[in-house]
Amino acid sequence: MSTDARGSGPAPRFDLDRAWCVDDRVAVRPEPFGALLYHFGTRRLSFLKNTTVLAVVRSLADHPSARSACAAAGVRAAALPAYERALATLAESRMIRERPVS
Amino acid sequence: MTVPRLVEQFELGLDAPICLTWELTYACNLACVHCLSSSGRRDPRELTTAECKDVIDTLQRMQVFYVNIGGGEPTVRPDFWELVDYATAHQVGVKFSTNGIKVDAGAALRLAASDYVDVQISLDGATAEVNDAVRGAGSYATAVRAMDNLKAAGFAGFKVSVVMTRHNIGQLDQLKALADSYGAQLRLTRLRPSGRGADTWHQLHPEAGQQRQLYDWLASRGEQVLTGDSFFHLAPYGGPLPGLNLCGAGRVVCLIDPVGDVYACPFAIHEEFLAGSVRQAGGFEAVWRDSALFAELRRPAARGEGEAGGACRSCEFFDSCRGGCMAAKFFTGLPLDGPDPECVRGYGAEALKAADPVTAPRPALDHSHRSAPVPVMIGPRPGGPPGRACDENPLAGFAAAASRSR
Repeated sequence: MSTDARGSGPAPRFDLDRAWCVDDRVAVRPEPFGALLYHFGTRRLSFLKNTTVLAVVRSLADHPSARSACAAAGVRAAALPAYERALATLAESRMIRERPVS
Repeated sequence: MTVPRLVEQFELGLDAPICLTWELTYACNLACVHCLSSSGRRDPRELTTAECKDVIDTLQRMQVFYVNIGGGEPTVRPDFWELVDYATAHQVGVKFSTNGIKVDAGAALRLAASDYVDVQISLDGATAEVNDAVRGAGSYATAVRAMDNLKAAGFAGFKVSVVMTRHNIGQLDQLKALADSYGAQLRLTRLRPSGRGADTWHQLHPEAGQQRQLYDWLASRGEQVLTGDSFFHLAPYGGPLPGLNLCGAGRVVCLIDPVGDVYACPFAIHEEFLAGSVRQAGGFEAVWRDSALFAELRRPAARGEGEAGGACRSCEFFDSCRGGCMAAKFFTGLPLDGPDPECVRGYGAEALKAADPVTAPRPALDHSHRSAPVPVMIGPRPGGPPGRACDENPLAGFAAAASRSR
C-alpha cells in the first residue's frame, strides 16, 4: 500500500484563535474509527482518529475560530491541547488552511 | 477514550480501499524480465471504455481517493487519456506508471496542467547498462526522453520509480541525483517474485548485505524518498520506515486487472488471490465488500497475525515486520503464516532452502510476447566457470523450428 506524498514548502503555523477550513483539494471519508483525509495536491493521506475531531474538522468553516469549533463539538478544556495538536498537524500537512474572515 | 491503533483498524479492512492498482492493459511495448503481470500481448477480453467508466463511477461512489494505473503499458490504450480525464472529473485521482513511450511534448504539457494526475516513470537503473539489462534495449533512452519532456513542460515532482535489484542497489546515490536533476522525486520499490519475476527473482533480488545498505540509505533519507510502503519487511533493522507498515492486500488496497478480475494485490495474480470480477452482479463494490477471500484476508489469524499465529508470531520483531509480504512468500513456495523469503533475521533464507521451487505456485496468467522471448538467464551466471563442450544441447539449433510447428 502506498501513502506516497509530494514534498511541500514551509508549513503554516497553527493558531487556535484564527478561522480555518478544510482545503478545497481535500477529500474527507468518514470511517468507523474517525475519518481518512486525502489531499489531491500533496497526494498525502491523513487520519482522524475519532469522530469528535472529525466533527471539529467538518465544522471549521462555520466557526470564527478553531477554538469555537472545538467548543461546539463538545471538546472540554482539559482535552483542548490534544485537539490543538491534532489540528496543528493537519495544518502542517495542508489538510486545513487558514480562512480569511470578512 | 480507547481507540485501537490504526494498523489494527486496517488489518480488519475498510469499507472501501484507500487506493487500488488498476492495470488497464496487458499490452506492452517492453518485456521486462521481472514484469509483475507477465505483460506483453493485449488480452482480447480487456474492459471496454464504457466498462472502465462504470468502474470509475463505482470508485467515486465508494470514495476511493486515487487509482494507481499500470499495466502493461497503460498509455498504449487508445482511450487512456479519455479515462484519465473521466477519473479526475469524478474525484478519483490518478497516478500512472509508464515506461515513457507515449510521454511526448504534448502529453507532458497536458500532464503538467493537472493537479489530479501524477506520473511515475519506471527506470530500473541509473545507467542504460543496468536498466536495459532488466527492461530491454532502448528502454533507458525512452524513459530519459519522457523525463526531458516532463521537465520541459514544467511538471515538478513527478516520480522516478525504481524496482530494487542486486544490480542497482549500488546506484542509490546516482538514482537520487538523476531524479533531483529533473526536479522529480525518487520512488524505490521492492522486487517481488510475481509474474515473470517468479523466474528471475532468485537472480535479481538484493543480497542480505544489500538489504541492510538499502535500509540504512532509506532511513537516512526519511520522507524525501518514496517507497510505496513496500519495505516494511526491513523494519527489524532499526524501526519502521515512513508510511504504513503492514500488508494492505484485500484490506486497504487491491488490484483490478485488465479483464476486470479483482485480486488481493498487484503482486498476487493467481487464482488463490482472485476475489471476483467487476463484471459480476454488484460490480467492484460487491467484490470488495462480500468476497470470501477478502473476508479471510481481513481475519488476522489467517495471516499468522493472530495471538495463536504462525511461525513468526513468537519472533521479537513481529510487530515491526508483520510477517512481511504475502505474495513474496506465496510465489517462493513459503507458507503464508511463516517468514518472508527476505526476512532480515535470515529465517526466510532458511525456509527457502527447505522449500521445493518446483512445487511453488506459478503465476496464473502469461501475456508475454511470443515473438520476443524474455531473456531469462538459466544455468551458470556470467563470469562463472565455463561450461564443458558436451553441455551443449545437440538439438539447440532445432528448438525454434520445433516450437513453431506446434
